[in-house]
Amino acid sequence: MLHDPAGGVYKKLVLKDNRIVGGVLYGDTVDGSWYFQLLKDRQDVHEIRDHLMFGQSHLGNAGHQGENRAGAMPDEMEVCGCNGVCKGTIVKAIKEKGLFTLEDVRKHTKASSSCGSCTGLVEQILASSVGGAYQPADTKTRPMCGCTDLTHEEVRKAVRQQRLLTIPQAITFLEWRTPNGCASCRPALNYYLISTWPHEAEDDPQSRFVNERSHANIQKDGTYSVVPRMWGGTTSAADLRRIADVVDKYRIPTVKVTGGQRIDLLGVKKEDLPKVWADLGMPSGHAYGKALRTVKTCVGSEWCRFGVQDSTRMGIDLEKSLYGMWSPHKVKLAVSGCPRNCAEAGIKDVGVIGVDSGWEIYVAGNGGIKTEVAQFLAKVKTREEVLAYAGAFLQLYREEGRYLDRTVHFVKRVGLDYVKKRVVEDAGSRQALYERLRYALSGYADPWQERARGADRAQFEALAV
Amino acid sequence: MKRGWTRIGVVDQIPRLGSRVVRHPLHGDIAVFRNAEDEVFALADRCPHKGGPLSQGIVFGKSVSCPLHGWTIGLDSGCAQAPDEGCARRFPVRLEPDGSVWLGDE
Repeated sequence: MLHDPAGGVYKKLVLKDNRIVGGVLYGDTVDGSWYFQLLKDRQDVHEIRDHLMFGQSHLGNAGHQGENRAGAMPDEMEVCGCNGVCKGTIVKAIKEKGLFTLEDVRKHTKASSSCGSCTGLVEQILASSVGGAYQPADTKTRPMCGCTDLTHEEVRKAVRQQRLLTIPQAITFLEWRTPNGCASCRPALNYYLISTWPHEAEDDPQSRFVNERSHANIQKDGTYSVVPRMWGGTTSAADLRRIADVVDKYRIPTVKVTGGQRIDLLGVKKEDLPKVWADLGMPSGHAYGKALRTVKTCVGSEWCRFGVQDSTRMGIDLEKSLYGMWSPHKVKLAVSGCPRNCAEAGIKDVGVIGVDSGWEIYVAGNGGIKTEVAQFLAKVKTREEVLAYAGAFLQLYREEGRYLDRTVHFVKRVGLDYVKKRVVEDAGSRQALYERLRYALSGYADPWQERARGADRAQFEALAV
Repeated sequence: MKRGWTRIGVVDQIPRLGSRVVRHPLHGDIAVFRNAEDEVFALADRCPHKGGPLSQGIVFGKSVSCPLHGWTIGLDSGCAQAPDEGCARRFPVRLEPDGSVWLGDE
């Protein structure tokens, strides 16, 4: 194992009988595919075992300092596992199409455009192919998009200090190079405005991605899916009957239970959405938003013979207290009623686990493209403390997270110690964060029922000719 | 809908940096866009990539970003921005000084 916290590098290789059987790389991942090749080839590594951890470029003679891993890779070796891209494909695209940036390579080959763990290797291939012309991007100073040189943090600071309330205001004041931004910066700007100035900034529907504008998830055929909110994953005979009637009436082709303990109605036409919402009579599940998604729960102490806390009640309370919360990316919670953790709270943005003496709160877990186990934040006694700690943590993420960063990315960037300082150790800071969240969420109206009553009608209707 | 020019409404029915759909009896769905300068454009409501409804995309400058996979389509040309390739069919559209919007059918 190699651990360099200051350099942000962590490497762990698991060997069995002098063969690699597994590994974890964080921070410096350039040797990932080499290790993976050794693993796949079941290659005996006993000769290089003592410097295996330092990577392929540390093998052999030290005169090759200028060269790197990428040069030594065979063309057919896979670089990007997510999208199945080999080194040869990348080199060919760089040479034939004259690519110079990581973004170009991503666009043309899809390499490193999904989970991003091979980014370092792709950058090396770029560097070795185009030589000195390649300038690697620095994530700390990387601009928000091509419309500006400002970073996310600089934009947020200006939105706060200059009290920017609309997108045209922000684009003019921050001297954007484009007249009205692009599809990448406009949703980010819109989020920064409404999260910094709740009840004051203008929420611009034309700067929201289709799903948030339509309050439903667009599908590959242009129809939508509808996921009604079922607090804490609970439902009733009356709700289920209404759902069944809606499925019959609008001939909804697929009904699916989701991973977040909800029911997904797939294949709804856009013009039917307001009628479907009216007939359902249920609040929006926000399954389409960078917003509070679901609070998954186990049955807990009300029924379970092992349960020590009422996790279902806690889940419902948390979900109701966070209803209508927009965030840099989606937010998922779970509450389990005992350490067996049937609600899988360990891979959620906020996971709460009931124990005999109270509740343990975990944060920044992720079950998605790269599974991340949530980290322990605090142990508390009461329901009110769970709501306040969870709310304060999420408000900190709302205020300081970069748009499209999940809580796991946010906490990695600022550090768990900082989060603990703001949310756990400093009671005043926690209280202030939680109050700001309560203020932002106050008076939130359910978007489905507003539209069921006729609001925002134009987007659901074709122009009559 | 008859051949020639058909009045499809007034420009204020189309949101700025947005679009509305016209269900055309012959050509299927047509997306009619309005940009920040109040110019109007009309394209078949099908991305050349995988048929995504361009009418639902984010409009910026003279482009729209397809809601399915983020291809950028020029509102003027109907064509995808490089390195992507392909074009959505264009339809003639004009805005009259009284604010009425007319869709052409050649």
